[in-house]
Amino acid sequence: MLYREAGDFKTSYRDDAQTFPIAFDRWRYYAVLAVAFGVIPFVINDYWANAILIPFLIYAIAAIGLNILTGYCGQVSLGTGGFMAVGAYATYKLMTAFPDVSILIHILLAGGITAAVGVLFGLPSLRIKGFYLAVATLAAQFFLVWLFNKVPWFYNYSASGQISAPERTFLGIALTGPASPAWAAYLTCLVFCVALAWLARNLTRGPLGRQWMAIRDMDIAAEIIGVNPLRAKLTAFAISSFFVGIAGALFFAVYLGAAEVGESFGIQKSFLVLFMIIIGGLGSIFGSFAGAAFLVLLPVLLKNTLVGGLGWPTDLAAHLELMIVGALIIVFLIAEPHGMAQLWRVAKEKLRLWPFPH
Amino acid sequence: MRDTTAEGYVTADGRRIGGVLMEMRNITLRFGGVKAITDISFDIREGEIRAIIGPNGAGKSSMLNVISGFYVPQEGEVWFRGQRRPPMKPYQVARMGIARTFQNIALFEGMSVLDNVMTGRLTHVRSGILDQAIWWGRAEREEDEHRAKVERIIDFLEIQHIRKTPVARLPYGLKKRVELARALAAEPRLLLLDEPMAGMNVEEKEDMCRFILDVNDEFGTTICLIEHDMGVVMDLSDRVVVMDYGKKIGDGPPDEVRRSKAVIDAYLGVSHD
Repeated sequence: MLYREAGDFKTSYRDDAQTFPIAFDRWRYYAVLAVAFGVIPFVINDYWANAILIPFLIYAIAAIGLNILTGYCGQVSLGTGGFMAVGAYATYKLMTAFPDVSILIHILLAGGITAAVGVLFGLPSLRIKGFYLAVATLAAQFFLVWLFNKVPWFYNYSASGQISAPERTFLGIALTGPASPAWAAYLTCLVFCVALAWLARNLTRGPLGRQWMAIRDMDIAAEIIGVNPLRAKLTAFAISSFFVGIAGALFFAVYLGAAEVGESFGIQKSFLVLFMIIIGGLGSIFGSFAGAAFLVLLPVLLKNTLVGGLGWPTDLAAHLELMIVGALIIVFLIAEPHGMAQLWRVAKEKLRLWPFPH
Repeated sequence: MRDTTAEGYVTADGRRIGGVLMEMRNITLRFGGVKAITDISFDIREGEIRAIIGPNGAGKSSMLNVISGFYVPQEGEVWFRGQRRPPMKPYQVARMGIARTFQNIALFEGMSVLDNVMTGRLTHVRSGILDQAIWWGRAEREEDEHRAKVERIIDFLEIQHIRKTPVARLPYGLKKRVELARALAAEPRLLLLDEPMAGMNVEEKEDMCRFILDVNDEFGTTICLIEHDMGVVMDLSDRVVVMDYGKKIGDGPPDEVRRSKAVIDAYLGVSHD
C-alpha cells in the first residue's frame, strides 16, 4: 500500500523528471545509501569485503561504463578487460612515479588516460558497426594485453612481470597494500561507485544521453535531427572508458593488490562484464548494479551450497557455475532481452496497481 | 491578385508570403549513369506551403534528400537565406534550421514519446558535458526550458496522453504525429515532410492536414512537402512543383498546375516519344 503514485502530484517538470518519481522509491534509495555508508563499514569483515562487497562495487562501475557504450550508445565492445588493464597499469605507473600524490588523484587520472585510449580505439566505430566493431574492440583487448606483457616499462622491469600496489595512505589510513583495513577499501570503492553512478545517471537523463540513444536506435534519423555521429560515439567511448579505467584501477590497487595482465584483465573479464549488462539490463544504470550483483553472488552462493553444504568437489561446482551462467544468459536473451532491470520495472508497474489491477 | 516579386505575394486566403527562403538552382543529381534529377530550379518562400508532386520514381524524394543534405548534387547550387550553401553533412543542415520527417517513420523506438520529441531540441542545447554530468544549475535549467517548449508542441499535436509511452507501442498514425512533433521541436525555419499522409486512413489524413495548416499558421513555419494524394496537395499548398522522370514539368499555384497539359499527360500516362 506504500507503493502509490496517487496523491503524489507533480507540479513542475523538474519533479516529473526526477530519478525516483515515487516517494517510496526515493526513501528506499536513501535508506540503502545510509546503510551502505553508515552501517556496513562498522560491521564489515575481510570475507564479506573481499568475496562480495568490493568486487560487486568495482564490477558495478565497470558495468555502468560498458552500459553507457553498449546499452545507451549501441556500440558493442569486447575490450573491457583491456581498458581495465589500462586503468590498472596507469595507476601503477602513477603510484610508483609520483608516490607523494594522493592515490585518489592517481585513480582519477588513470580514468582519464583510459578515456584517451578508449577514444583511440573508438575511432573505427565511425566506419564500422555491430559485429565488425565488436571484432575491432576484440583486437584492442588482445593488443593491450600483449602490450602490457611485452613492454617491461609498464611493469617497472619487475622479474615476475607482475605489478603490485605499494602502500598508499589517505588521511593516515592505508587504502592500498596488504595492511589496508577492509572497511577502508570498501569505503573507497563505495565512494567511487556512488559518485560515478550519479554522474552516469545525470549524463544519460540529459541531452547527451538522448544523443547516444538516438545513435543507438537509428543513426540516420539521429543525424537528421542534428546529432554529430562522430562526437556522440567518441564521447560515449571516452566516458565509458573513463568508468572502466577507474574500475580497473580499483580492481588492481584496492582489491587485488597485485596483478598479472593476462590473468586479471584477459578476455574472460570482457565477457564477464558484458554478461553483467546483458543479464542486468542494457541501457539501465540499475541493471548494471543488478547484473554485477548477480554474477558476483552466484559463484559465492553456488560454492557455499554445493561445496560447503553438499560436500561436492570444488572443480565440479566451478564447472556447474559456468553451465548455469551460460544457460541463464540464453534464457534472458530469449525471455527478457532487457534483463533484470526490465523485470524490476514490470514488477513495479504491477505493484503500483496492486491489488486492484483494473 | 498574385504578385510573385521579390517581396512575396498574398495568397487567396489572405496569408502574406515573404521573400525567398530557399532556392534550388539548376540541380542535377546522378547515381552512376542514372539521372535522378535533371536541371531543376525552384524556390521556397517564407511562410509558404510548397508541394513537390509527381508519379512514382519522379525524383521527389531525391530532391528532398538534396535539400536536407543526404545527397550532394553533381551540378547546381543550393541557396538558403540569401547565401549559397556549401556541401554539408545532414547534422549541419539540421543546425541551420531545416527539419524533416521520413516517408517510412524514423523514430527512436527504444525511447518514450517525450524523449523522442526532446531529441528535437538537441540543436538548441548549449550546456556542455560537465554541466550535464553535474546536473546542477545550467543543465537543469536548460532542460526545464526545453521541456516547456516540447510540452507546448505535445499539447499542440494532441499527444499528451501518450507522453511516456515507448514509441514502439504506438500505432502508425500516432507515430507519424510524434515524428512531426520531433521535427517541430527543433523550431525549424524550413520543415520538410516526406509523404506525411502515406498509409493513413481518411480520418488520420484530415487530422494531419489540419496539423500542417495549423503549424504553418501558428508558428509561421515554411513547409515543403511531398505527397501522392492529389486532393490533399491541391487543398494544402500555395504553390506546387511537378516532377516527372527527374525533370520539372510544372510550377505554380495548384489551379494553374491542374490545368497544365504536361501535368495531365504525366499523370494519365501519355507515351514519351
